[in-house]
Amino acid sequence: MHWQTYFIEFSYLLASILFILGLKGLSHPETAKRGMHLAEFGMMMAIIGTLMHFEIVSYTWIIVGLLLGSTLGAAMGVWVPMTAMPQRTALSHAFGAFAAALVGIAEYYAYTHGFKPLVELGHLKMSAMGFEIMLGSLTTTGSLIAFGKLQGIVPGKPLVYRGQNIFNMLLLATTIGLFIYLIFVPTAVIPFYLMLTFAFVFGVLLVLPIGSADMPVVMSLLNSYAGLASAATGFVLSNNVLIIAGTLDGFSGFILSILMCRAMNRSMTNVLFGAFGSAATVAGVEGQQGEMREVGLEDVAVQLAYANQVVFVPGYGMATAQAQHVVRELGDTLEKRGVTVKYGIHPVAGRMPGHMNVLLAEANVPYSSLYELEQINPEFPTTDVVVVIGANDVVNPDARDNPNSPIAGMPILEVDHAKSVVVLKRGQGKGFSGLENPLFFKANTGMLYGDAKDSLTKLVGAVQHA
Amino acid sequence: MNSEALTSPQTIIAALYVFVLAAFLGYQVISRVPPLLHTPLMSATNAISGISLVGSIVIAGSGHGTVATVLGFIAVVCSATNVVGGFVITDRMLRMFKRKEAPKK
Repeated sequence: MHWQTYFIEFSYLLASILFILGLKGLSHPETAKRGMHLAEFGMMMAIIGTLMHFEIVSYTWIIVGLLLGSTLGAAMGVWVPMTAMPQRTALSHAFGAFAAALVGIAEYYAYTHGFKPLVELGHLKMSAMGFEIMLGSLTTTGSLIAFGKLQGIVPGKPLVYRGQNIFNMLLLATTIGLFIYLIFVPTAVIPFYLMLTFAFVFGVLLVLPIGSADMPVVMSLLNSYAGLASAATGFVLSNNVLIIAGTLDGFSGFILSILMCRAMNRSMTNVLFGAFGSAATVAGVEGQQGEMREVGLEDVAVQLAYANQVVFVPGYGMATAQAQHVVRELGDTLEKRGVTVKYGIHPVAGRMPGHMNVLLAEANVPYSSLYELEQINPEFPTTDVVVVIGANDVVNPDARDNPNSPIAGMPILEVDHAKSVVVLKRGQGKGFSGLENPLFFKANTGMLYGDAKDSLTKLVGAVQHA
Repeated sequence: MNSEALTSPQTIIAALYVFVLAAFLGYQVISRVPPLLHTPLMSATNAISGISLVGSIVIAGSGHGTVATVLGFIAVVCSATNVVGGFVITDRMLRMFKRKEAPKK
């Protein structure tokens, strides 16, 4: 072996260790920053090592690519607002998966066009390459659709048509069939490009029927696929650092998707093929009796000002209204009056795992005030006022009380146990899932209509004068 | 990283060992990440899996024809964007998570 090879392998080993230490640091906010610096250093070492690779004959395109990519990445990193984090993450899943797919295609091209000896393209190599390309391509288009839905370019409602699941299954089966054929006949160029095309199309069809409210699961799943595509790239190139980093990413996404599914009491199959939130699934739960009680701003302000404990429950509505800073302002005002203020956060609130935590952290809410579902639920009976900001399904008591509800069994924040609930809502319409929420009709619930940010700003003023 | 490596079953078995052990390790490490940090976790793993940049660099530079070079170039741009963007954003997010400041009263 050349000395370069030793250097490269050593830099990869170092990178692998630093990546693992970096992720280990994420187990606590205090150690997370240092962990990330280790991971960044590891990445830099791996890149420097790679530049020594003996196969490289020209650096022009490498340098142009690195410069262009770094500029794009830095610009994105600095300017993307925190509320747009789900979109950014979806886009980066697409980029990562696309890179993996491209590497696979380029390798295949190099073999079939005589740049690399065709005999080396064996069954094992083709299997790894097939996984890489299938996962890479379907994740690319799938993530782009997810991006479109989060950005509002593609309608967030599930797009469904008759025979959709059967058609998707057939398409997937055909793609896998082509893949198996390729393992036995790696030189079959036409099946290869057909497989590639079908995988791209399948990604689109996979995500289109999934509603916006299920995005946390989809995001985690796409994260997992993108990671596994990278790991498969590692198999193709016999590169251990790629396998390790890809697997860590893949498993992180996998664990997150299981957590998200559990937080909604749904199975993965149900999320992927259930087209949740479409009109058909919610028929039969209409006709909620009773009336919603509207409350005035002054009433709410007085309630808040003289409470002992107030819990804020944010949802996606807080993100769309950009209301996180005003929420903190209201919280601070209340704390100054001696009110205990806490924030209850449901695992699937928002559009990606941890979405609400990041927004509130951005608004300077200390993380010790953010409570998880299990921590905050026992506190509701002794809470005077709960303020629900743009959340709906995660506080829907039907999930607990009505076994026929489509969300039955989903763990909820039991805000209805609090002495009083104030719901900030834009209008009388239903939430994303299209479900009625009995919480809104309870005697101790008051509705405060209007833009969340606007209402909260007025509340801050009203509390100060109360 | 010699290119004929995968034709030998021993190499793929070694690679499978790495994969399985990394999976176990990943499970252990990642299940300890609190929900509080799930968004930074996602962007951090995203940046880390941008390590596919390593593969893209070799392809963009190895002169296996215009098509392979162009594909490699695009792959370099995509993964470099992820690496830099991912780490910058993770840092930015983590800087926001603050402990409660000392009681004011």
